[in-house]
Amino acid sequence: MSEIKKFLYVNRKAPYGTIYALESLEVVLIGAAFDQDVSLAFLDDGVFQLLKKQDTAGIGVKNFSPTFRALGDYDVTKFYVEQESLTERGLTADDLMDITYEDEDDDYEEKPSIRVVNRDEMAAIMGDQDVVLSF
Amino acid sequence: MSYQVNGTTVEHDEEGYITTLSDWSKDLAEVIAKQEDINMNEEHWEVVNFLRDYYEEYQIAPAVRVLIKAVKKTMGPEKGNNKYMYELFPYGPAKQACKIAGLPKPTGCV
Amino acid sequence: MSTLHTVNKSPFATTTLASCLNHALEGDAILLIEDGVYGGVVGTELAKALAAAKGVSLYVLSGDLTARGIDTARLVKGMKPIDYAGFVALATEHDRAQAWL
Repeated sequence: MSEIKKFLYVNRKAPYGTIYALESLEVVLIGAAFDQDVSLAFLDDGVFQLLKKQDTAGIGVKNFSPTFRALGDYDVTKFYVEQESLTERGLTADDLMDITYEDEDDDYEEKPSIRVVNRDEMAAIMGDQDVVLSF
Repeated sequence: MSYQVNGTTVEHDEEGYITTLSDWSKDLAEVIAKQEDINMNEEHWEVVNFLRDYYEEYQIAPAVRVLIKAVKKTMGPEKGNNKYMYELFPYGPAKQACKIAGLPKPTGCV
Repeated sequence: MSTLHTVNKSPFATTTLASCLNHALEGDAILLIEDGVYGGVVGTELAKALAAAKGVSLYVLSGDLTARGIDTARLVKGMKPIDYAGFVALATEHDRAQAWL
């Protein structure tokens, strides 16, 4: 067994204008097979990825936002969202999807995956990783 | 490359996964299963239907360990285990069952 | 524990450099590369924010700078031009690298 490392996926781009957001999600899904300590960070335009009620029928691309809700099954349970990025964009935590995971260490109780943090906390989280992957 | 089902042609990729998800039908599933040497019974359908529901909700074909964990939760441990799944789908439940269910190959499956 | 941040976009096209500055910690280094080098010169809106980044070392990749016709004399105070070998050295001196795209 190799040592478990802390991986942070940093998401700073809106979902459909570029391929970054979808690529990030795919790498998270692939990386989940390696049993590492994975966290996701959403800041700047990245917070738009988590908005409720996305419907891509009119633009002919896949709506991948529901897939974030499956990440709990992949043991990806930490979604850090930056408060300042939300506020700058006129958003609050209520505008974000409900994303939960079942805590295996707590009788499979359903818990929220999204944790809103401020900018200083986000900086500290980034500074506490073994590997940072940016999208 | 294509499957023939009820007089219509359904395109698939070089590994047999259909290219247009909305082309799927139960009859097509039987055709794909036959090519995979699988005789669809109630147990097979239960997994295929489970995968289609999972995809409908999350827009993703689950990785095999995720599939087995989810099946265990909803259908019980006697079905949510490797042995049961690989008996039904010898070439891999996620890979083979996803193909029959008309879903894309699970992300991370090589 | 420290981070090498790289920024490869012009600060006049994206908020990438501003966001990087907002998240860099004391002891970190910021290296401007590609179009990111446009953010390293004096007289811009961001020059003040760069100067205010206390305890953060600032670098710019010299090849990218000269390619774009920017004289090192125009760099903000404390911004050091480095070559590719210097880039590699920075990467090894820090615990992790974070690319701001």
